[in-house]
Amino acid sequence: MSADTVKASTVQKEQSMVLQKQLIGDYYDSLGRAREEGRRVVSTFVPGNLTELLRSFDLLPILPEINALQSGMRKLSANYIAEAEKQGHSEDVCTYVKCDIGMLKSGNVGPTGVKLPNPDLLLLSYTGCFTFLKWFELLRQEYQCPVAMLHVPYLANGRIEPHHVDYVVQQLRTEVIPKLEQVSGRRFDEARLSEMLALSAQAEDDFVWVLESAKNEPSPIDAYFGGVYYIGPIFTAFRGTSQGVEYYRVLREEITERIRLGLGPVTPEGTMERQRYRLVVEGPPNWTSFREFWKMFYDEGAVVVASSYTKVGGLYDRGFRHDPNRPLKSLAEYCLGCYTNLGLPARVDLLERYIREYRADGFIINSVKSCNSFSVGQLLMLRQLEQRTGVPGGFIESDLVDPRYFSPANIKNRIESYLQMLEQKRGAGVTA
Amino acid sequence: MSVVEVLLGIDLGSTTTKAIALDRTGRIIGRGITNTRSNYEVASQIVRDEALVQSRFELVRHAMEADPELSGIERKFIGSLVRNFRQQQHLEQLEWLESALDRCADAPRYAPQREAVKEALHRICQAMRARVPGHFSELAVRKSDFFRDLAAADYMQLAEQFSDSKHASFDVLCGLFDAAILVVENAAGDGAFERHAGPALEQTLANAPTDICEREARLRSAVDAVRATELRVLGMVGTGYGRQRLPFPKEQVRSEILCHGLGAHAMFASTRTVLDIGGQDTKAIQVDGSGIVTSFQMNDRCAAGCGRYLGYIADEMNLGLHELGRLAQESTCSVRINSTCTVFAGAELRDRLSLGQKVPDILAGLHRAIMLRAMSLLARSGGISDEFTFTGGVARNPAAVSALQGLVQQNYGVRKLNISPESIYTGALGAALFAQRAADGGHAA
Repeated sequence: MSADTVKASTVQKEQSMVLQKQLIGDYYDSLGRAREEGRRVVSTFVPGNLTELLRSFDLLPILPEINALQSGMRKLSANYIAEAEKQGHSEDVCTYVKCDIGMLKSGNVGPTGVKLPNPDLLLLSYTGCFTFLKWFELLRQEYQCPVAMLHVPYLANGRIEPHHVDYVVQQLRTEVIPKLEQVSGRRFDEARLSEMLALSAQAEDDFVWVLESAKNEPSPIDAYFGGVYYIGPIFTAFRGTSQGVEYYRVLREEITERIRLGLGPVTPEGTMERQRYRLVVEGPPNWTSFREFWKMFYDEGAVVVASSYTKVGGLYDRGFRHDPNRPLKSLAEYCLGCYTNLGLPARVDLLERYIREYRADGFIINSVKSCNSFSVGQLLMLRQLEQRTGVPGGFIESDLVDPRYFSPANIKNRIESYLQMLEQKRGAGVTA
Repeated sequence: MSVVEVLLGIDLGSTTTKAIALDRTGRIIGRGITNTRSNYEVASQIVRDEALVQSRFELVRHAMEADPELSGIERKFIGSLVRNFRQQQHLEQLEWLESALDRCADAPRYAPQREAVKEALHRICQAMRARVPGHFSELAVRKSDFFRDLAAADYMQLAEQFSDSKHASFDVLCGLFDAAILVVENAAGDGAFERHAGPALEQTLANAPTDICEREARLRSAVDAVRATELRVLGMVGTGYGRQRLPFPKEQVRSEILCHGLGAHAMFASTRTVLDIGGQDTKAIQVDGSGIVTSFQMNDRCAAGCGRYLGYIADEMNLGLHELGRLAQESTCSVRINSTCTVFAGAELRDRLSLGQKVPDILAGLHRAIMLRAMSLLARSGGISDEFTFTGGVARNPAAVSALQGLVQQNYGVRKLNISPESIYTGALGAALFAQRAADGGHAA
């Protein structure tokens, strides 16, 4: 680690980090106790998740993608993937799917070591990732449980039209809510849902403030590597809860203090001191070598000021809020508006805005081998962004949770070369 | 003592390590190349010394050009001086090899047949020494300039001759060579010029034609002046895969992308797209009018389609790497090979051979297959603009070049393709130019 970019001090865990870890741990514990407590659980995906709706029925969500990425970070995914391949799943299949199937086949013990309950319902609340359909088809065979499917129209032109919203709301009323009533044995309580949505909106305000704090120079946060921790509660089981509200309040306070002191983000090795490059990142991170991947950035003084991955669970920073006054409509808008549901032109527009608004020196695309939903068209996006902004882009390739597709020496080489290119352009003609 | 300031660029590739020395005006005055072996530090030391040795010969040439009495005979004189110098250097390395062989033969497992083995080694080395003048004569064609290659070819041939299956078998002799050559390769010979320039000069003068002999005194003083000159290395920048292992600080290490971009620009100023195919990666680079990189793509997940692919094929075919391209050029009908996985290519190759297809046709297909990979990277980096410069070891392969030309024409139309005979030094040249810029007042960035 270069001494000038990260302060080599004993890393003090901030309160928000402790709280976040606690939340995630408690969440898995509650899943572990669900059966004995007689609670019903529903499997669902992060993009377009209907957490408040589930919670309004006292149902607990299980999020297979979160299980997979957590297993990846805890070095469990390689064995799960191997197990899924033994079952006949090809090397090219989405590694989240294989990690999830492998975990299931290995006894369904979650990433924190707690045995997970079988779901009572599979809620396919988002269809922009076509693999999700196939994924739940596989899970339906395994769990022999009902599926509630919500078809979310893909936003090819990036705009939500009133008929899109009506279409989704109608499905919520006729397909999703009746199945949730059936599984939970409770009637739909719109007032309760609205109360939860009010809490969601409160947390969302603070969350957006946190993301936008990266407009400061130096940036007090890393909006990608740090960002994935910040999105944890709001993208998963804690939207619409008072714990979620509390987490974002604490986080906002901490970051306010960091700005006041002129401090950079907290990395696993301490506070980042010198920010030489402000970057925007497109695409999900690699989870199996997450820390190593992050280090490749902070060692070079590269801080990520905005990322698209932290928008897969909602584009709050573009103004969306859950609205207690229009509960079902705002849930529909939420499902429609998450990043992965946007067509390529809208994704390019968004990234262009980030590059400009966050005064980025460059942008990097991490193209994920097994996620076609993200990676199709990324080179096209790269070219268009370069043309529109004049900011050069970098392109690296890795994977979500299959450690075999993370080649550290090559990726590091790519990142270093890219940053040196930025440096060269910066001093073009003088220092080259 | 006079001082000449030089700037060095070192490119530590996976197959070969290269160095370029520039003088203060940015002129190339020395080059060095060696096989990378597994020891990056030694390789970088060797090419550095070699580039400085060449720089000294270049200084002799400059001195002769500036002297009205000597100008006109530089080519002849320096040509002979360099050959004699190489011969001295080779003889020295042979001496090291002989003593390394002798030490290796002292290992306990050779005890039963030690005497016979040592006798065979002695006879082999003696015969190798006798062959040396032939390797360095004026008309000699060497397959390689690396000591390892020259010595190995001679040694194997002579070992076959001097081995006997009972006491000193061919296998035993081969094993000893493999162990000893590592010792020789990993010993960097410092101060080569100081040691060998004197004997080389005497040898040159002793066999020189009249026009050289007549000017003996002036030539001696020109060479002596250069021997007494201090070459002061003002700055050094390293690049290439082994760059992290180079013995200098991080600020003096640049990525090969930037170095190839700048090096290609220095060789061909109108370059806008650069393709570099090295031993283990392929780079597609776009540069602006000043050689500044504007975008690049490299292979991340799979290294098929790189120089090593051809190395593997050469091994499979029991051919030398340099023979592959020439043989593929004889193709009349290229076979379509779809596999670009290096290991699968071996299987495909054997399959095609069993079908009775001709070796040149199969090789032509394999060359085209790797170029298809390169085309994909080029497309990803932003296409091919005029002018297009091809660098790296594979640019020396004629079949690779003609496959590339065909594909470029087909996909992008007419593009001017630049290939420098010195293309293997592109990265080192870029690195040296970065060193020069740093010395001129900027930093190495």
